[in-house]
Amino acid sequence: MSEELIRVENLTMHFPLQKGLLANVFAKEKRFVHAVDGVSFNIRKGEVLGLVGESGSGKTTTGRMILRLLEPTSGDVFYRGRSITSYTGHEMEGLREKMQVIFQDPYASLSPRMPIGKAISHPLRIHDLAHGAQARELTLAMMEKVGLSPAAFLYRKYPHQLSGGQRQRVVIARALVTSPDFVVADEPIAMADVSVRAMILELMIRCREMFDLTYLFITHDLATCKYICDRIAIMYLGKIVEIGPLKEVFANPVHPYTATLLEAIPVPDPRYRRTHPMPKGEIPSPINPPPGCAFHPRCPLAEPSCRLNEQHLVDLGSGHKAACSLKTL
Amino acid sequence: MYDEEHILRIEDLKVEFPISIGTVRAVNGVDLELVRGEVMGLVGESGCGKSTLGFSILRLLRPPGRISGGRIIYNGHDIVQMGQEELLALRGSKIAMIFQDPLTSLNPLFSIGEHFVETLRAHEKGISKKDALERSEKVLESLGIAGERLREYPHQMSGGMRQRIMIGLALILNPDLLIADEPTTALDVIVEAQFLDLLDDLRKQYNLTIILITHNLGNVAQLADRITVMYGGTIAEVGPAQSIFDEPLHPYTQGLLASIPNIKLDQPELKTMPGSPPDLVDPPAGCVFHPRCPYVMDICTKERPPVFARNGHRMSCWLYR
Repeated sequence: MSEELIRVENLTMHFPLQKGLLANVFAKEKRFVHAVDGVSFNIRKGEVLGLVGESGSGKTTTGRMILRLLEPTSGDVFYRGRSITSYTGHEMEGLREKMQVIFQDPYASLSPRMPIGKAISHPLRIHDLAHGAQARELTLAMMEKVGLSPAAFLYRKYPHQLSGGQRQRVVIARALVTSPDFVVADEPIAMADVSVRAMILELMIRCREMFDLTYLFITHDLATCKYICDRIAIMYLGKIVEIGPLKEVFANPVHPYTATLLEAIPVPDPRYRRTHPMPKGEIPSPINPPPGCAFHPRCPLAEPSCRLNEQHLVDLGSGHKAACSLKTL
Repeated sequence: MYDEEHILRIEDLKVEFPISIGTVRAVNGVDLELVRGEVMGLVGESGCGKSTLGFSILRLLRPPGRISGGRIIYNGHDIVQMGQEELLALRGSKIAMIFQDPLTSLNPLFSIGEHFVETLRAHEKGISKKDALERSEKVLESLGIAGERLREYPHQMSGGMRQRIMIGLALILNPDLLIADEPTTALDVIVEAQFLDLLDDLRKQYNLTIILITHNLGNVAQLADRITVMYGGTIAEVGPAQSIFDEPLHPYTQGLLASIPNIKLDQPELKTMPGSPPDLVDPPAGCVFHPRCPYVMDICTKERPPVFARNGHRMSCWLYR
C-alpha cells in the first residue's frame, strides 16, 4: 500500500449564524450551522477518494478546509504528515502549487476577459515557475495533453468562444500546470451535458495516470463514482456515515443511508424497479441537527435508541467502516 | 374535431429566436403526437430545443422567440392560431406546466394558500375563498402535504415540498395535459426519486397525459411509456421506452445511452461522443448530427434525412432508408 498523502483529523466547521444587531444583543446563545462535524479520513498517494452526499451534507466545506480556503473551527489536515495549519503564509503559497482545485462551474471559474492561454499560464507566473516564452511552451504542452488542440490556435481564444466541455478542459489544464500531486475536484461534471460528462471523466482518469495524481472527488452522484473512485466516503449532515473501498460499499452498503442513496439512483432501464420505497422527508437543517444518529428521522430501521446514542464509525474490516450500531453490532 | 387517440399533434413546428448575429433555429421542423394518457419522455442535451418545444405548446415563448411555422393541434384546435382569450382559458385549466426551479416559480410574498386561491379565481369566477381553500387542501393532501401548510410561505418549505406545491398548483384545475420541464433537476437524489414516484401516482389519479422534459435518461426510464430524443432542434428518434433503451437505432441515441452511468451494469467505462452540439445559428448542412456521427455517409452531409420507420421507432437517419 502506498504512503498517505492527506490525512484529515476530526475536521469541524461551525459557521456562526448571521443575525441582526438586536438579535445578537438579546440572543441567549449563539447559533451555528454545523456544516462539518468531526470528519476524519486519509487519502493515499495515487488514490481517488469520492466524497458523496446531498446538498448541505458538508462535502464542499470539507474540500475547502483541506485546501485551507476555509479555516476549520477545530481539527486538522495533514499533507505528507505535516499539519497545514502550521504552514506560514509564504510556505502556504508553495503548498498551493501542490494542492489544486477544480470547481463545478467552468463559466464562473474563468475570467471572461482573459484569453485561455493566459488563464492557464497564470499559475506559472504567480508561483514563479516560468515566465515569457517558457511559460507559453509549458502551457501549450499542457493544452495538448488535456485535448485542447490545436493549442496554438486556441491559446488566444476567450472562454465564450469555447464549448462547455472545452472550458472545463481549460479549468483542468490550469489546475494541473503547476504539477500538483493532489487535486480537489468539486462536482467537476455536474454542470456538463450528458455526452460531455463522460468526456471530462475520461480526461480526469487519464490525467491521474499521466501526472501521478491523487484526487478528492466531491460529488452528489454515486453512479459517477463507479467509474473513477477507489474508495468512497458518504456524508450526511456534516458526518461521514460510511467509508470504504468502492466495490465493497456498492456491494454491501451497511449504513441505511448509503443503501437508500444507492437505491435512489435513477437506473436507465425501464424494466428496473426499486425494491424499497424511498424514505419520506428531506435532509434536516444543519442548524439543529437531530440528536443521536442524524439520519434517524428518515431511517426505515430506526429504533428508539437511535435518537439517544451518537453513532461512531466502526471498523468492519478491510477499511470498510460504518456508523450504525444497529448494523455493526 | 375530438381526436380519440391523440391529445396533441405537433406538425412541422418551427421556433426561431432572432439575435444580433443571425437566427437561432431552436426547433426546426418537429412532428410529434401525444397519445392520451401516456407519459412522453422528451430527452436531449442543453440547447437541443426540448424546453423550447415545451414552452411553445403553451405559447409561453419569451420574445424575440416566436413560432415561425407549423401547427399544434390540441383537441382539434390549433394553439398556434389561438387568440389571447382562448390561450388564457387553455393555460392551467387544460394544459399545465411545472418548471425546473420551484423557488423562483413561487412568489415569496404570497402564502401557499394565496397561490392556490389566485389560480382558482383566475379561472373560476365567483368561487368563494372558503371553497377555494377547501379544494386546495384536498389537492395538497393527495400530494402528501398537510392541509394546514396552506398558511405557510415558500421559504418555510423544503425544495421537494415546493416542487410538490408547484404540481399541486398545476393540478388544481384538473388539466388533462401536464408539461413538466426538468422538474427534478434542482432536487437531491432521494427527493428526486420520491417526486418521480409521486408523479407516477398522480398520472393515474388525475388521468393525466404527461410530457416529461429531462436530460436524465434514468428518470424517463422509470416513468415514460414512449421516449422522444431531440438533437439540434430536431427529433432524432421516437419509440417505446423499453425498446429505445434496449435497441436504440439512431446513432445519437446510441451515443447518449452509452455515455450515461448505469450503477446496475458491470460496465467498466463510459463511451464518449466526440465533438459538441451544433451551432443553431448556422447548423451543419444535411443531417444536423453528421459531424459527430460514427456512421456518417456522403448523403448525410448534403440532404436532411426524412423520417424512416423501423421496429416501431421513427428515426431521422439515412441509415434506415
